[in-house]
Amino acid sequence: MSTPSTISSVRESVAGKKASAWEVAAEYFKRIAARNGELNAYLTLCEERAYKQADRVDALVAAGKPLPPLAGVPIAVKDVISTRGVRTTCGSKILSNYVPPYDATAVSRLEAAGAVILGKTNCDEFAMGSSNENSAYGPVQNPAAPGCVPGGSSGGSAAVVAADLAVASLGTDTGGSIRQPGSFCGIPAMMGSYGRVSRYGLIAFASSLDRIGPFARNVADVATVLKIIAGRDPYDSTSATAPVEDYASSFSKPVKGMKIGIAKEYFGAGMDSGVREKVTAGIELLRKLGCQVGDIQLPHTDYAIASYYIIATAEASSNLARYDGVRFGPRVESDSLISMYRKTRGAGFGAEVKRRIVLGTYVLSAGYYDAYYLKGQKVRALIAEDFRKAFGQVDAIVTPTSPVPPFKLGERVNDPLQMYLADIYTVTGSLAGLPGISVPCGCAGGKLPVGLQIFGPAFGEAQVLHLAHAFEQAGGAAL
Amino acid sequence: MKISREDVLRVAELAYLDLSEAELETYRAQIDEILEYIGKLNELDTTNVEPMAQVLADDQTADATLRVDLVVPCAVADEVLQHAPDPEPPYFRVPKVIER
Repeated sequence: MSTPSTISSVRESVAGKKASAWEVAAEYFKRIAARNGELNAYLTLCEERAYKQADRVDALVAAGKPLPPLAGVPIAVKDVISTRGVRTTCGSKILSNYVPPYDATAVSRLEAAGAVILGKTNCDEFAMGSSNENSAYGPVQNPAAPGCVPGGSSGGSAAVVAADLAVASLGTDTGGSIRQPGSFCGIPAMMGSYGRVSRYGLIAFASSLDRIGPFARNVADVATVLKIIAGRDPYDSTSATAPVEDYASSFSKPVKGMKIGIAKEYFGAGMDSGVREKVTAGIELLRKLGCQVGDIQLPHTDYAIASYYIIATAEASSNLARYDGVRFGPRVESDSLISMYRKTRGAGFGAEVKRRIVLGTYVLSAGYYDAYYLKGQKVRALIAEDFRKAFGQVDAIVTPTSPVPPFKLGERVNDPLQMYLADIYTVTGSLAGLPGISVPCGCAGGKLPVGLQIFGPAFGEAQVLHLAHAFEQAGGAAL
Repeated sequence: MKISREDVLRVAELAYLDLSEAELETYRAQIDEILEYIGKLNELDTTNVEPMAQVLADDQTADATLRVDLVVPCAVADEVLQHAPDPEPPYFRVPKVIER
């Protein structure tokens, strides 16, 4: 059979009886068997569940019934998102044997739309990291840049789509963990506004920042998946009530006249020259499409990393208190309850997670709360206000996704602060709760993928996707 | 120096986290460098700034959409206990907490 690799091509094959959903799933499992040893992108496969779902889709085809939008489409899910009956580790030893008793809402919605879940993807432990090297189950190779990291924390979800081991995937983004690996692996990747997609079943890292979103091979597929998983969910009180738009409906319209803001704060020192060259060419392409490109100011950008690493670690230290060896995961036995907690947590968490628990506990502790946590929240308000003002003038803000292209495995593991600083262009939108996408924007030095990031105002997913789609259609990836 | 060895020990105690000697010193030094960096926030006068404790706008929040308090059956106890480190259905067993 041919190799279907977009949502529409799979759906057409299945609907036109060129391949059954079962055959599509089998083909993907065959490819995974051939390549996953080298990439280490999948941690767990759920073949039984996938074939059962494929059978359901094939029964609809056989009965001549209408097919749902993702009928037979193979999709992968990051291992911090709960899947009933399928091991979910969060890339951590402390959940090495955890099997959730329920599905995340995003997963249920995908399956209700006909998607075939293939398995769970590798990631940085509890989604803490920017290179996927903090997984307890080993690093992931970048299929688009051999020898390099795939980005993180959703490195596995980006890699499986880039290597065509899934048609689309779900990742999570807290400070850039969808957009940056999308950029590093050369595929589009999006986080909707905070609250756009239910977090029910997403194992929490930082609850005021965490979001679920899609990776796919083109912007139209990103839009299709986002539309399906988005929307109010009674199981997540922070899921937004705003109606979900039909994102693709604007794709045929030109982007001429769209106002685009460029902030000099996103083109400062520390930016790789290859990234600068490609993103500058990307902005030129938008101008050629008739967009009005102008300067805006986001003056508090330089404070975003500091604010982010206070808030994210504080929330993490609280959320990760639940891993205590009582209800799930392996336990390290000891003679007293407290000592059992301490030993279990000491043995179960990896270095980055422990570092963030210590930092997060410190910034929340008596005597430091005002100086760090409260200050971080106040600066977060200033950053959000910068964006509110800017979106009074423009429809979208365009930036690089990452200041650097994919780097070599092992190159940065010993310097956590340097690793944090590379999140500078993505954490701002995370703090402000805005939607953001990374779309391929050529390759630095002709080899290393570069991503162009587009931010929109809160719940402005439609205009973000519209612009990203126009950029892609105009040849953005080949710049 | 922003954070001492004693601070790290105290925080690890609060977080119920066993750290080895080597981890203590590595994290102390790394967190010290991170806190040094975070200190740049003091360049900003935030006296009259309200902290951002809520991301969604008021018309998007749960308060605007409180749900009906309906009882929904939830029979997952067996599944949950099956994967617990030391289950004794219908309980989780832990080391003794109170001496008699």
